[in-house]
Amino acid sequence: MSAVIDSHSDDHHHGPAKGITRWLYTTNHKDIGTLYLWFSFLMLFLGGAMAMVIRAELFEPGSQIVSPEFYNQMLTNHGLIMVFGAVMPAFVGLANWIIPMQIGAPDMALPRMNNLSFWILPVAFGILISTFFMEGGGPNFGWTFYAPLSTTYAPPTVTFFIFAVHIMGASSIMGSINIITTILNMRAPGMTFMKMPLFTWTWLITAYLLIAVMPVLAGAVTMMLMDIHFGTSFFNAAGGGDPVLFQHIFWFFGHPEVYIMILPAFGIVSHIIETFSRKPIFGYTSMVYAIASIAILSFIVWAHHMFTVGMPIAGELFFMYTTMLIAIPTGVKVFNWLSTMFKGSISFETPMLFSIAFVALFTIGGLSGLMLAIAPADFQYHDTYFVVAHFHYVLVPGAIFGIIAGVYYWLPKWTGNMYDEVLGKTHFWMSFISVNITFFPMHFVGLAGMPRRIPDYALQFADFNMVISIGAFIFGLTQLLFLFIILKSIFAGKQATSEVWEGAKGLEWTVASPAPYHTFETPPEVK
Amino acid sequence: MVLIKRIFAALITCCASLPLFAGWGDVNMTPGVNALSREIFDLHMTIFWICVVIGALVLGFMVYLIVAFRKKDGDKPAQFDDHPVLEMTWTVLFAVILAVMAIPATFTMIRAYDDAEGDINILITGHQWKWQYEYLEDEVSFFSNLSTDLDQRNNIAPKSDNYLLEVDEPLVIPTNRRIRFLITANDVIHSWWVPDFAVKQDAIPGFINTAWTQVDEEGIFRGQCTELCGQYHGYMPVVVKAVSPEDYELWVNEKKEAKIQQALLTEKLWSTEELYEIGEGVYQTNCVACHQVNGEGLPPVFPALAGSDLVLNDKAKQIEILMEGVQGAAMQSYAEQLSEVDIAAVITYTRKAWGNDASGDGEIVIPKEILDYKNNKL
Repeated sequence: MSAVIDSHSDDHHHGPAKGITRWLYTTNHKDIGTLYLWFSFLMLFLGGAMAMVIRAELFEPGSQIVSPEFYNQMLTNHGLIMVFGAVMPAFVGLANWIIPMQIGAPDMALPRMNNLSFWILPVAFGILISTFFMEGGGPNFGWTFYAPLSTTYAPPTVTFFIFAVHIMGASSIMGSINIITTILNMRAPGMTFMKMPLFTWTWLITAYLLIAVMPVLAGAVTMMLMDIHFGTSFFNAAGGGDPVLFQHIFWFFGHPEVYIMILPAFGIVSHIIETFSRKPIFGYTSMVYAIASIAILSFIVWAHHMFTVGMPIAGELFFMYTTMLIAIPTGVKVFNWLSTMFKGSISFETPMLFSIAFVALFTIGGLSGLMLAIAPADFQYHDTYFVVAHFHYVLVPGAIFGIIAGVYYWLPKWTGNMYDEVLGKTHFWMSFISVNITFFPMHFVGLAGMPRRIPDYALQFADFNMVISIGAFIFGLTQLLFLFIILKSIFAGKQATSEVWEGAKGLEWTVASPAPYHTFETPPEVK
Repeated sequence: MVLIKRIFAALITCCASLPLFAGWGDVNMTPGVNALSREIFDLHMTIFWICVVIGALVLGFMVYLIVAFRKKDGDKPAQFDDHPVLEMTWTVLFAVILAVMAIPATFTMIRAYDDAEGDINILITGHQWKWQYEYLEDEVSFFSNLSTDLDQRNNIAPKSDNYLLEVDEPLVIPTNRRIRFLITANDVIHSWWVPDFAVKQDAIPGFINTAWTQVDEEGIFRGQCTELCGQYHGYMPVVVKAVSPEDYELWVNEKKEAKIQQALLTEKLWSTEELYEIGEGVYQTNCVACHQVNGEGLPPVFPALAGSDLVLNDKAKQIEILMEGVQGAAMQSYAEQLSEVDIAAVITYTRKAWGNDASGDGEIVIPKEILDYKNNKL
């Protein structure tokens, strides 16, 4: 009898609270993961809507629907929201949900800070978006906000932008401290570093990158703030400052940042390819070393974004060579994924389709990156649509396909229901085809000489731009289907088993589906 | 093997004929018109084909994996999970391929980075949103503005062939001479790009970057600003006209002569109508971007001129703003960009247009007043 009462009171204290306070006050890693994921989904649609405005404006030559000024606000906020609002929080959401379950921990190490690091994010984006309704409009200087366009010549709302970036940075740093602390201290007995699942490994390294570079970004925006309001001249040549200094600082943050947006996707894809090939991941050790090498190299390649600023030739050559080196660990990873599939028994559920597309299209993005690394050729590629094609190939069919694959892979674990496989495959094929219609022709217009970030263009680029816009509209609409599939799986669908996928390995597949509110209160033994 | 060769040949033919489809424009980098641009083009194509081969092998292998190892009833997947020799082999292979790419790239880089003095040295200054060209030896200086009119941009008039790639006054250079460009900016960062020369160099306030070219053939070469520089970033093209050295000499002499004639014009007696007419043209080229055709501006950043108290009643202050610019705002000094006649005319135009004539003091400004302003400063 007393046992029954005990378990009842246990539920009362440890089950989720009811109503809005469950989400506001939650310290549960699964709830916070869910919050992060929904937030990033909302931001994906907001940033996506801005992309739709951009593509509508570029549908034909001539002024179409927005002014050049508003166009600049769109392209700036599309970039900022996708990078800081969609991709990064999505990975943090996945980390929150999955890492404790993968390492057999009951929760994150610092649950209250976990709550804080999520809840300041909506505040940051609220501030950023509110600038659209202020005098002078929102940020209009590109997501790279080069000074002095972002200082002396910026709209007055730039101060709000700086504040928002500070808050996003604080959120990322807190999230990273939490992830590192969790991974270092809360692994189940027997789980040594070289037994850690790859998603956990990629996030451990990503979190170190974040802690290293977010303060650099904070430094850059603080110097901007000083230049704008306190009479300093860090980036103002007329006062003895150096506009190029800004770019060095920004890209010292910015280059590790682009790997922050791809490394966790490497982890996700590794798990999925392993599961659906029904074969252990090939070259686990070399995978870990490749991720670490990419992370370390990311600190010494930043100026390849700046080949045309007039660096000394020694600088040009140094950054060309270091950038080319990154192709080695990246190539190792691609070959390892292919070798994992070799002699496997492959089935093609939606997560696997997205993962295979990830490997294929990320390879294309990686190869165009190798071309961009060649400094003298970059004089022709730099700041054209060729660059836009390159980084969208690594970010959309790269990072975002990785996230989507992860969502499909773990969704049954979250909701307890299988998603609709037919709809999932439809989502995949629509996305796969339209993403290529959108981004592949950008290589052509870029090589032919179309600069990026222009609201109108010369007539020879007209046909390809129309194709690109049509592809973008299809891709954008297709993601509404993704929303529908997720909602459907929350409310209905075939009951998922705890293993979910045949042959899935890892501790997260040993708990029930949906995962109970608390898992691994007693640590499992890892052999 | 023969089949593979034929497929490969067909693919190449397909790719090569893509530009032939009418209306689709170019799909590849231009080889350009000088030795350096051709060298960069060749480097680009070498690396492109290496990447295509790697990409084709990887994607081809992937297709093979997808087909050959798809799940069948009762099959037993292999359980191996590493192969150190194989892994070392491909790591070394990657390094070798990269070295093969890096070596030619290094030599091209060294040739591109040559800042030795030119036969002709031209200072290029980026302004929001126009280019200024100063010939350091010949003391010729002028601004180059987009000449595509607003009706084309707003889809009212049909678009011309060189839509957004045409200027009122191109940069003129002689063929077969080494031209060195000294590139800087006056406000924000711009970037000066002519694809046919393979010259792209950022124009940065407070810095002077160098680039060079030597053009073999006469022609008109078009490019654009390639660094986001504010709202009209998409509207500051670069047009370079390469002419024979003899024609270049003639052109320089014409420019010098025109400068003398321009100075004489300040002595001429001007009628209000003449000034208004010139001023309207100057306004269309230089002012509409911010102050708009109707003079209403885009407040708060770009103030209205129609009905502005300053424009209506304070002639002296208006001259000062045109000559000195406004500190900390987009309004720049036009003392160097426009002639005395143009400045006087555009002030006169703003004081007469949009009903300002009736509501203000209606006074006009004559070129002599601008000249006096300049002389008083000295």
